[in-house]
Amino acid sequence: MRIGVLALQGDFAAHAARLSRLGAEPVEVRYARQLKEVEGLVLPGGESTTNLILLESEGLWDALQRFARTRPVLGTCAGAILLARKVSNPSQPSLGAVDITIERNAYGRQVDSSIRWVDPEPEFAARTATGPLEAVFIRAPIIRATGPDVDVLLRDGADPILVEQGPHLAATFHAELTGDTRLHELFLEKVRSNRAAGGDC
Amino acid sequence: MFLTDEFRLKVGLAEQLKGGVIMDVTDARQAQIAQQAGAVAVMALERVPADIRKEGGVARMASIQKMRQIMETVSIPVMAKARIGHFAEAMVLQALKVDYIDESEVLTPADEAHHIDKHAFKAPFVCGARNLGEALRRIAEGAAMIRTKGEAGSGDIVEAVRHMRAIQRQLRQLTVASRDEIAGHAKDMQAPLELVQWVAKEGRLPVPNFSAGGIATPADASLVMSLGAEAVFVGSGIFKSEDPERRAAAIVKATTFFSDPEKLLEACEDLGKPMPGLDVAKLDESELLQTRGW
Repeated sequence: MRIGVLALQGDFAAHAARLSRLGAEPVEVRYARQLKEVEGLVLPGGESTTNLILLESEGLWDALQRFARTRPVLGTCAGAILLARKVSNPSQPSLGAVDITIERNAYGRQVDSSIRWVDPEPEFAARTATGPLEAVFIRAPIIRATGPDVDVLLRDGADPILVEQGPHLAATFHAELTGDTRLHELFLEKVRSNRAAGGDC
Repeated sequence: MFLTDEFRLKVGLAEQLKGGVIMDVTDARQAQIAQQAGAVAVMALERVPADIRKEGGVARMASIQKMRQIMETVSIPVMAKARIGHFAEAMVLQALKVDYIDESEVLTPADEAHHIDKHAFKAPFVCGARNLGEALRRIAEGAAMIRTKGEAGSGDIVEAVRHMRAIQRQLRQLTVASRDEIAGHAKDMQAPLELVQWVAKEGRLPVPNFSAGGIATPADASLVMSLGAEAVFVGSGIFKSEDPERRAAAIVKATTFFSDPEKLLEACEDLGKPMPGLDVAKLDESELLQTRGW
């Protein structure tokens, strides 16, 4: 199963390594044409402004929006910001594939970054495995509002940190920097079921 | 050694900066230009290295007011430089909440024997290195990111290339060394044996390895990325050039597409004049910044 990892900037290598370990074939995506060759796409952590600028200047923006209409996308941290419907602090363009409002750098600066353990919502545990999950927050955003079609799969206190809408997943933390493979397993499962459904979401 | 939550968070931010360009800025206006060009972070300092070289005098941490303005202006991470060994400047920078502290040879050293004990800080540190031994000594002290020193403010890429090649060559040598040879390398490099053994097994540094010191063109960025840099720092190269906006964006593009000749050509078009630069081979030994640090 070929899974793209947007590789303009960020921790794309960590995502690619995780996907390999789970038996998928990661493809570093830097050109719009490569999106035709992959069944799902990971938008990694990194700087969302840098990624936005390169997506627009290198002609990937429209291709990415088309891709997200039929194929699953997993966004982590900066990737979740790209997937959101609305972005604040500051406001900036986004793909709008997941109906969430997200606030950038919402915990503060790097000294406010943290690693926390969260108990999965029952649905996440049922679809993956039970047990607490280690979540790495680095200059992380907070999801401030979720639309009616969005399911919350993980929370840290009251804040949603993993949400699902249709084929897409958006996480505010970095699962790729821990030993826990559940988020990527869940994403690969969604790619398989999307394939079974003929890619028509 | 690398498994504490605090150290993982420090390295974690460095991971997010990979494939990007970190740009030296001296005020909020330059920081804004850097962000709009696609910088992943900015480095706040009082003068760019080319000016420090030209004007002389003691180079210190930047003014608090300037750094605050920069932090208020951009949403990307803000790094700032402290003098080698000047842990009080580092305390100020941590209290200011800068995202990364560069214990930098570009500023005038405050201590000729000791670097900062970086494990004692919550803020992450980046340090310069010319070879693997220097890199591992800095990591042992708590640096969560290494950058080659190159020769700052020169616009001459030769030293950054020398340092990146040295580190990569020494990494490769370690991977084929026997146990007793590894101990010998640790002694020669004056680096902790435990760290050298880890590197020999993994074949890489335990923290990201970026390049700095002399990068002035998109092709320079492509060159160091091809040699194994995971991101690049550009100091005087942008704001000492004729057209900083275009050059900054072009270096960002060249860093992302460092192995694509067509994209690299696009990045090199119509940039105006680069910074004038200095031939490092013609500099007096006493004028070098890279020999600061121990």
